[in-house]
Amino acid sequence: MSEPRVLLDPTSERQAPTRERTARPATLAGATVGLLDISKARGDVFLNRLEEHLHAHGAKVARFAKPTFTKVAPIDLRHEISEQCDVVIEALAD
Amino acid sequence: MTVSLPDGLLAVVKRDCPTCQLVVPVLAAVQQTRDAPPLTVYTQDDPGFPAGLDAVDDTDLAVSLALDIDTVPTLVRIEAGRETARLIGWSREQWEPFTGVPGLGADLPPHRPGCGSRTYDPDLAARRGAIAGARGLRSRRVELGPSEDEAEAMFERGWTDGLPVVSPTPERVARMLTGTTRDPDAVVAVVPPDLVECTVEKAAINAVLAGCRPDYLPVVLAALEAACTDEFNIHGLLATTWFSGPVIIVNGPITRAIGMNAGINAMGQGNRANASIGRALQLVIRNVGGGRPGEVDRATLGQPGKYTFCFAEREADSPWEPLHVTRGLPASSSAVTLFAGEGPRGIVDQLSREADSLANSFAACLRATTHPKIALAFDAVLVVSPEHARVFREAGWDKARVLDELMARLQLPGAELVRGASGIAEGLPAKVATATLPKFRDGGLLIVHAGGGAGLFSAIIGGWASGPAGSAPVTREVGT
Repeated sequence: MSEPRVLLDPTSERQAPTRERTARPATLAGATVGLLDISKARGDVFLNRLEEHLHAHGAKVARFAKPTFTKVAPIDLRHEISEQCDVVIEALAD
Repeated sequence: MTVSLPDGLLAVVKRDCPTCQLVVPVLAAVQQTRDAPPLTVYTQDDPGFPAGLDAVDDTDLAVSLALDIDTVPTLVRIEAGRETARLIGWSREQWEPFTGVPGLGADLPPHRPGCGSRTYDPDLAARRGAIAGARGLRSRRVELGPSEDEAEAMFERGWTDGLPVVSPTPERVARMLTGTTRDPDAVVAVVPPDLVECTVEKAAINAVLAGCRPDYLPVVLAALEAACTDEFNIHGLLATTWFSGPVIIVNGPITRAIGMNAGINAMGQGNRANASIGRALQLVIRNVGGGRPGEVDRATLGQPGKYTFCFAEREADSPWEPLHVTRGLPASSSAVTLFAGEGPRGIVDQLSREADSLANSFAACLRATTHPKIALAFDAVLVVSPEHARVFREAGWDKARVLDELMARLQLPGAELVRGASGIAEGLPAKVATATLPKFRDGGLLIVHAGGGAGLFSAIIGGWASGPAGSAPVTREVGT
């Protein structure tokens, strides 16, 4: 019988850890919602409108901005958002 | 691999070395001297050489590799199993105190340089690599089942860019690692998007996948280092919906040494080094960094240069200093310059014989990069072919002059750029209407000489969001 064929793994060999999601709140009233402006043109127009709607639902809104849309949000900013906000609206650019 | 070494003196020799043959009587004299430390002779090529000295067979080079012998004869002092001193070549003046034996080789010349160790014979490079590989590459071993097709297995595991790859067997990876002096465990870069430390070994595995030869590896490593800098921002480049990917422009002696193409079809297919170096970088981003299309790579359309986009500058008959020199490195060095680029777009001008006319052509085409009404947002590389470069050479325009002339022609009136101008909604905010804006930021236009000798065509490689807000070109010297 021939030798088994062995290849070396070209990947990082990492397994992403899974984390429990925070429970979905029953209402936004009184919750703080963070809005992160990624600094793309006219993103603020969209976020301003979103903020109006959130206020109408009784939510508090905290606004944040990345220095540039091309780079990951700085770790301090991510920490600040996680400390100050109860809810995240996840969205992508473009 | 652990090799146990006897205390005393140890000599490594080979028959195929005149200096080793010269010192045979000296070695015999040391062995026969009662008060001298015990001398063990290891022979690299012929187990029967030197006759009568009880030479130990090191034709598998285990001891030579363990001692990292690069020249024979080498005389080593071993104390408590460890090397404490060594002499290289023959020198009576040094050998006498080293062995403690006076009057050595009285009829020999006083000194004679040695020869290259057999561990460095080109035909043994693969074997040396295999031995090094057996010493312990750290990557996970993936054992294929008896009925698995290797190419299909690698597709299924997601290791490829959509084209078949070369199987990264431990032997091939070990051979790839002979292309660099760097430790396989050394970290080359932290690779986005997963921010994983990529070792030389992981880069080598991906270089094998990509089809690289070992002598390309230093270029791959330099490109990886450059790509993973904050200035170059490969994370953003990967994530963007724009077309761009890493373009690698290689300069210096290594381009000739490894046979890169800077001439006919320089940016096209058909040259192994050009093709596989660019591909290796992309495979590292994919496999080590975890950057895959449809996941973090969000390109709307992408472009074929994202498989590989790597070429050399045609330096030999260029009218200008090469790119790496413009960017501050010595001409004698080899370097990579990384640029966040789209696919190349052609410029035709078959009629300009005056530098001014050709500069006008180039400027008109450069203005359209990305969009004629967008300024200061994207860099570009202008790749000037030899026939076009000749026009500038004959006019006496050096590279700085060409750049100045182009930038002067690319000062754009804000009124032409604002939203709505020319009946086009795209454009810049109304506040720039009375300003004059340069098309490119300072340092945002690079000039390179490349291509075949025939064709009055040049090319523009458009960039991506430029500068600190996006990506800036990064140049790195190619190491060993």
